[in-house]
Amino acid sequence: MSISRRKFLGWMGAAGVSLTVGQPALAAGNKHFTGYPESFGVLHDTTRCIGCRKCEEACNKVNELPAPERPFDDLTVLDNKRRTDAGSYTVVNRYDDIEGVDGPVYRKIQCNHCLEPACASACFVRAFKKTEVGAVTYDASVCVGCRYCMIACPFNIPAYEYNEALTPRIMKCTMCYPRLMEGKLPGCVEICPKEALTFGKRYDLITIARERIRKFPDQYVDHIYGEHEMGGASWLYVSGVPFNALGMREDLGVIAASQFTSGALASVPVIAGLWPVLLTGIYAVSKRKDKIAEQEKRQAIKATLAKASADAEAKVAKALEQADLKNKRLIEVEVKKAVEQAKANNAEEGS
Amino acid sequence: MSEEATAANQSVFNPFNIVAGVIVLIGIVLTVLRFTGGLGAITNLSNNNPWGIWISFDLLCGVALAAGGYTTSAACYLFGMKKYHSAVRPAILTAFLGYALVVLALHYDVGRPWRLPYPILYQQGTTSVLFEVGLCVFLYLNVLLIEYSPAALEWLGLNTVRKIVVKLTLVLTIFGVILSTMHQSSLGALFLIAPSKVHPLWYSTYLPVFFFISSIFAGLSMVIFESTLSHHYFHDKMDKTHLAESSHVTFGFAKAACWIMAGYFTMKVFDLSMDNDWHYLGTSYGIWYLAELLGFVALPCFLYAVGVRDKNIKLIKWTAFWTVLGIIVNRFNVSLVAFNWQLPSSERYFPHWMEIGITVFLITVFVIVFRFIVRRMPIFYEHPDYKGSH
Amino acid sequence: MEPVFFTLQDFFTFSKGITYVLMGIALVAMVAMWNFLVGRDEKHWPE
Ligand code: SF4
Ligand code: SF4
Ligand code: SF4
Repeated sequence: MSISRRKFLGWMGAAGVSLTVGQPALAAGNKHFTGYPESFGVLHDTTRCIGCRKCEEACNKVNELPAPERPFDDLTVLDNKRRTDAGSYTVVNRYDDIEGVDGPVYRKIQCNHCLEPACASACFVRAFKKTEVGAVTYDASVCVGCRYCMIACPFNIPAYEYNEALTPRIMKCTMCYPRLMEGKLPGCVEICPKEALTFGKRYDLITIARERIRKFPDQYVDHIYGEHEMGGASWLYVSGVPFNALGMREDLGVIAASQFTSGALASVPVIAGLWPVLLTGIYAVSKRKDKIAEQEKRQAIKATLAKASADAEAKVAKALEQADLKNKRLIEVEVKKAVEQAKANNAEEGS
Repeated sequence: MSEEATAANQSVFNPFNIVAGVIVLIGIVLTVLRFTGGLGAITNLSNNNPWGIWISFDLLCGVALAAGGYTTSAACYLFGMKKYHSAVRPAILTAFLGYALVVLALHYDVGRPWRLPYPILYQQGTTSVLFEVGLCVFLYLNVLLIEYSPAALEWLGLNTVRKIVVKLTLVLTIFGVILSTMHQSSLGALFLIAPSKVHPLWYSTYLPVFFFISSIFAGLSMVIFESTLSHHYFHDKMDKTHLAESSHVTFGFAKAACWIMAGYFTMKVFDLSMDNDWHYLGTSYGIWYLAELLGFVALPCFLYAVGVRDKNIKLIKWTAFWTVLGIIVNRFNVSLVAFNWQLPSSERYFPHWMEIGITVFLITVFVIVFRFIVRRMPIFYEHPDYKGSH
Repeated sequence: MEPVFFTLQDFFTFSKGITYVLMGIALVAMVAMWNFLVGRDEKHWPE
C-alpha cells in the first residue's frame, strides 16, 4: 500500500527539483486558500503501528540529533507519555486500557505540518515557512527565541533548547525537507517495518485513508485526523479508536490559527487611521471650549466691573444723601476702597 | 542642593542602599547564570510552558502599569484637563522607565537578545501579533524618551533643544495614545491564537479590548498609587503647584478609573454571555474567575465611587493599590492560570525562585534609577527657569 | 498582476506587510494634513 520509492522519485522528477507547483484549480481570487495543490504528506495508520520506536531511531540518525539517554530498543520508555523535545523530533507513545480494544495502541507524534501553520502565523521574524512540498521548515538563523511559536502550536510540537546559553534553537520535525529535496523519503517513513506511515501526495493520502475506512468500517473510526483540524495538516491519521483516547485533541475545530488573530490585527489599521482623527478632534474641541470660556470670562468681568462701579457710585450717592455730615467722610473712604478692590480684581483676572 | 544635605546626614549604608545593594548583587549573579547556562539553568520553563513570570509580570503587568504615561498626558494635553499638568512628568518618567525595563527584561527572556531588532529591521513577520507588539513598544519607547527629555534637558541646561521638543508635545501625545492603544490591546491578542490552551472563561475574542480598557484604569490607579509613595519619599522635592494639584489628580483619576471599570465590568459580563460560559462559573476555575471579577474589578470600582463621593482620599489610595493588584491578578490569570489549564498539574508551571529573583532585581533597578532622576531633575517641581512655559 | 497565494499565511504576510508600510505613511501624512488645515488659524499648538 505504501508508495513505492520509484513512484516517489517519479513525482519528484516530474515536479522538477524546484518543485514548480501547478496552477490551482480555481482562479486565484485570494479569498479562499486551499494550500499547495501538489504538496506531500504522510498518513499514519495507528492500527498498524507496533510501537517499535524504529522511526524515532531513524529520525535521530537522519537529523543527527544527540544520542538518547536510553537506547531506542528499550521499550520501557513507552511506559511514560512523552512529547517532542529538544532532542527528539518525534516520539511514539503507548496508550493502554482503551475501551473496546485489547492490547495497547501506539501513536507517533511529530509536527503535523499544518496547511496554515499556527507557528508560522505567530513567528514575528517569519522563521517558519510552509513550503510547496508540504513541509513546514524552520530557519534558526533568524530566530530570536521568543517561544511564541510554542504558545501558538495547538499540537504542542515545537521544543526549545533550554540549556543552550546563547544559541538556543526551536527544534521540530522538518518532514525531512532536506531529504525530500534530494529525492529521498523521510527517515521515519522509510524505516517503518509495518508500513504504518505512508508518504505521498496529500490528496492521494486522503483517498487512501477513505478507502481503508470504507473497506474496513469496523477497524477504523470514520474520521481522518488532520484533514480539517486547525485548517488541515499535511500529516494525517487514521485510527481504530477515538482520537482523544490517543491523546489527540478533538476540540480544536477547523479554523486555521491565523484566523483567530486576523480580526485583532485588522483593527490595528483602524486605530492608525482613525485615532489621529478622533484624538485631534477631541483636542480641537477642548481647545475651542477653552477659548469660548476665556471669551465669556472676559465679557463677564467687563460687565461685572461696569456694573460694580455703577453700583458703587449709586451707593455713594445714596449713602451721602442719607448720612449726616459726621459719617460722610468715613463712607467715602469705604466706598473708594471697594472700587479700588474691584479694579484690582479685574486687573488680576484679566492678566 | 538638598542632595548634599541628605548625603551629609545619611551614610552610604542606610537601609535602602543595603537592601538594594544585596538585591543587585544577587541579580548580577543570576544574570551570569542566565547567560552562561541558558534559560534552563534558572527557570522552570518547559516545552509545554514556554512563557513564565518574565512574560506575565515583566511584560504584561509592566506594560499595563506603565499606562499612566499615555493616560495622564492624554488627559492633560488632549482632553484639556490642565489641572493634571503637574502629574504628567512623574507619569511620563514612570512610563519611560517602565518600558525601558520591560525591554531589558525581554533580554533575559528571549533566546538571542541581540536579535531583538530582527523582526523590525531584518525580516518582518507581519502576521504575528508579537510583531505588532514589538514594533509598537519599540516606537513608543522612543516617544516616551522624547516626551521625558525636557526634564533631562532642563537639568542639563540645553534650552534650544528643549524648545524644539516641547513644540512636539501634541504630536507626541497623540502618537503615544495611538501606539498604546495598539500594543496594550495586542498584548491581550497574543493569546487569541491559542483558543485550545486558554481556559474559556478567560479566552475571549474581546481579549484585546479587555487588555486595552484595563490598561487605562491600571494607568490611572498606578498614578494615584505612585503619587502616594512619592509623597511619602520625595515630599521635599515637590513644589507648591504639584502639592496643590495632587488632590485634584487623585479625585479626578479616581472618578475616571471608577467609571471605566464600570464599563470594563459590563463588558466582562457581556463576554460571559456572548461565549455562553455561564456553566463554567460553578467550577473551581469559575470561582477564581468570579473572585477576580467581583473582588478585583467590581469592588474597587465601587470603593472608588464611595471615595469620590465622600472625598475620602485615604480610601481612594487604598483602592488604587487594590486595583493595581487586580491588574496583576488578571494578567497572571490570562497568561499562567488559564493557560494550559487542561494539562495535568504535574505539567503546569510554577516559577523558580531565581526567576522571581531576576524580576525583583529589575524592579530594584527601576527604583534606583527613578530615585536618581527625581532627586536631580525637575519632575515633581517646575524648573525655576522654565516656570509656566509648558 | 495579482500575485497568486496558495496559503492564507502567505496572503496575510503580503497584505499586512503593505498595510504596515501604509500605516506609517498615513500617520506622517495626517500630521501634515492637520497642519495644512489649521495653518491659517490663530496659533493652535499648545505652548
Ligand atoms: S504542528 Fe505545530 S509546529 Fe507543526 S506546523 Fe503545525 S503549528 Fe507548526
Ligand atoms: S522562538 Fe523563534 S521561531 Fe519561534 S516565534 Fe520566536 S522567533 Fe519565531
Ligand atoms: S519526517 Fe523526518 S524529521 Fe520528521 S519525524 Fe520523520 S524522520 Fe523525523
